[in-house]
Amino acid sequence: MTSTQEIFQEPEKKIGEVVLEVKDLRTYLYTKWGITKAVDGLNFHVREGETLGIVGESGCGKSMTALSLLRLAPKPAARTVSGQIILDGEDILERPESDMRFIRGQKISMILQDPMTSLNPVYTVGNQMVEALGLYYKDEGSKDIKGRAVDILRRMGVAAPERRVLDYPHQMSGGMKQRVVGAMAISGTPRVLICDEPTTALDVTIQAQYLRLLKQVQADTGVAIIFITHDMGVIAKMCDRVMVMYAGKIVETGDVRPLFKNPSHPYTKALMASVPSMDESHVEKLYSIEGQPPALFDLPVGCRFANRCEFADEKCVAEYPPTFADEDGHTADCWRLEGQWKRVAEATA
Amino acid sequence: MEQDILLQAQDLTKYFPVTKGLVLQKTVGWVQAVDHVNFTIPKGKTLALVGESGCGKTTTAKLILRLEKPTTGQITLDGMDVHTIEGDDLKKYHTDVSAVFQDPWSSLSPRMRVRDIISEALVVNQKVEKHEAYERVDELLVQVGLRAQQATLYPHEFSGGQRQRLALASALVGNPKLIVLDEPVSALDVSIQAQIMNLLKELQDSYDVGFLLVAHNLATVRYLAHEVAVMYLGEIVEQAETDELYDNTLHPYTKALFSAALSANPDSQREEIILRGEVPSPINPPSGCRFHQRCPYVMDICSQEIPVRKEVAPGHFVNCHLY
Repeated sequence: MTSTQEIFQEPEKKIGEVVLEVKDLRTYLYTKWGITKAVDGLNFHVREGETLGIVGESGCGKSMTALSLLRLAPKPAARTVSGQIILDGEDILERPESDMRFIRGQKISMILQDPMTSLNPVYTVGNQMVEALGLYYKDEGSKDIKGRAVDILRRMGVAAPERRVLDYPHQMSGGMKQRVVGAMAISGTPRVLICDEPTTALDVTIQAQYLRLLKQVQADTGVAIIFITHDMGVIAKMCDRVMVMYAGKIVETGDVRPLFKNPSHPYTKALMASVPSMDESHVEKLYSIEGQPPALFDLPVGCRFANRCEFADEKCVAEYPPTFADEDGHTADCWRLEGQWKRVAEATA
Repeated sequence: MEQDILLQAQDLTKYFPVTKGLVLQKTVGWVQAVDHVNFTIPKGKTLALVGESGCGKTTTAKLILRLEKPTTGQITLDGMDVHTIEGDDLKKYHTDVSAVFQDPWSSLSPRMRVRDIISEALVVNQKVEKHEAYERVDELLVQVGLRAQQATLYPHEFSGGQRQRLALASALVGNPKLIVLDEPVSALDVSIQAQIMNLLKELQDSYDVGFLLVAHNLATVRYLAHEVAVMYLGEIVEQAETDELYDNTLHPYTKALFSAALSANPDSQREEIILRGEVPSPINPPSGCRFHQRCPYVMDICSQEIPVRKEVAPGHFVNCHLY
């Protein structure tokens, strides 16, 4: 067998200090229907070199969380009403808006889902990269900056980057465009990289290439990645820890392996059970969760999953559950864990 | 295993011209979207076409729906050539074959009431009286998991999953023999996907309708399909019954495609094959085997000779020089 395949070794994981800590983050949208609680009291952290996954269905608040971290939630409707976002020891919510231009890109940056809309169609790729790099490296000449753009593109696996910088976005394939978007996102050497469904628009074989690339970039730079997706397979492949969101709240967090093998919150359980498997044949009927998530402007007082949960009782409807944790740091918001796990935080709803 | 054949595609080919010039148009090349494809769909069974974007699966679906005319080759439904039928036979064809598309937000007319959308095909093609058609609509709504009272609502009053149920109801209204399902669940949330997939299976059993499923999610395909054809650059490279294919992938492209599909179970570790490069342009596809530039097992013969279709196990076909 003549193999043209490169031998790839999974890069070594080095997980360091906490770089980003979020405390009681609340972003509400003020709409004509009332106050929509898109992000409602989130607490989480992410460490250097670590990948944290956020999984949930549409409308659960995962993208609004990402935008809140960058302070880009759509104004004037959205307002971050409380909380702290502590990045490298300082709360970025207290910084003036003018500082955010330098925090975004150099401290925290983001890759969006659709590469077709995140690039400007009337400028060449090189032009767009140089614009951002010019901000980060003010003292360098344009030649050096162009050299940097080419280097970064090469790191993101773009073949012949010297020629590619002269291309317009429409001359590139989807996978190539997403690499360019990724190159821009890491060009300011950020500490935290938020990836919001970065591979949803890509084909699976291209997705595999892209995920491997992100892992390599993380191993080289130690960047902390927050990976937002609805695809459990991608989470299982990419992430160290995962948090499951439902109706604006984190309902369960933990290390990926134990959590996926043994989910504790009924929502996570139901979600895992409703994904068909590629390895099982002759499944007669898939498990499916009946009903719809609650509207975010008209939330119930109790557990938000109670109306769809098969285990719900009066207590679930009456009162939002506190957070319980086991000894490995696996946490879940569910009354059924009372007595089995330790109570670590009071209900915040 | 002899089964009643519902639909048969023989040597099906569709080339789109690439033209140059504004007034005096000159054909400078051809996009080989579908190239000499053969398959059959038995009555009441599901054939799935899988592959990445640009592999020709949607063009194949369009050919069956008569939205495109084949360059060569033919499709027959119950023995009749789909692209030459006229008059009453054609009307019958349009009730026998229907479709459900990916996006439930754009496939339903926003200015028609649900009952008019669903009954339209009956009223137009079978000259059924409106009040009779409405009775059928009420019955169908219940079958797809909605309420008969919802017949007078407009599509915007429904959620994504409910709209996909409406699309299914309007596909079923004429008791079709075949429904073309083009990515029927990929626009929906995970928990809603499971509901729709279960519904599709139930309806197939109760109506004995055949499905042509176009999808890229391999887990969805495994759950729904009886037989799977893997397409690459306009050609079917491997085809087999679902379990046979999933347990025993042979073509190097199929292997790579299956290894790239990620499982939610962290313990199910497949051998990881990452392909180099991207799918080449279908305007000038590579010589010989179309996959040879990206294939990890490439041999000298691959760039020179087009591999022929071989039956390596009963019902398991593969186009590859390795076998």
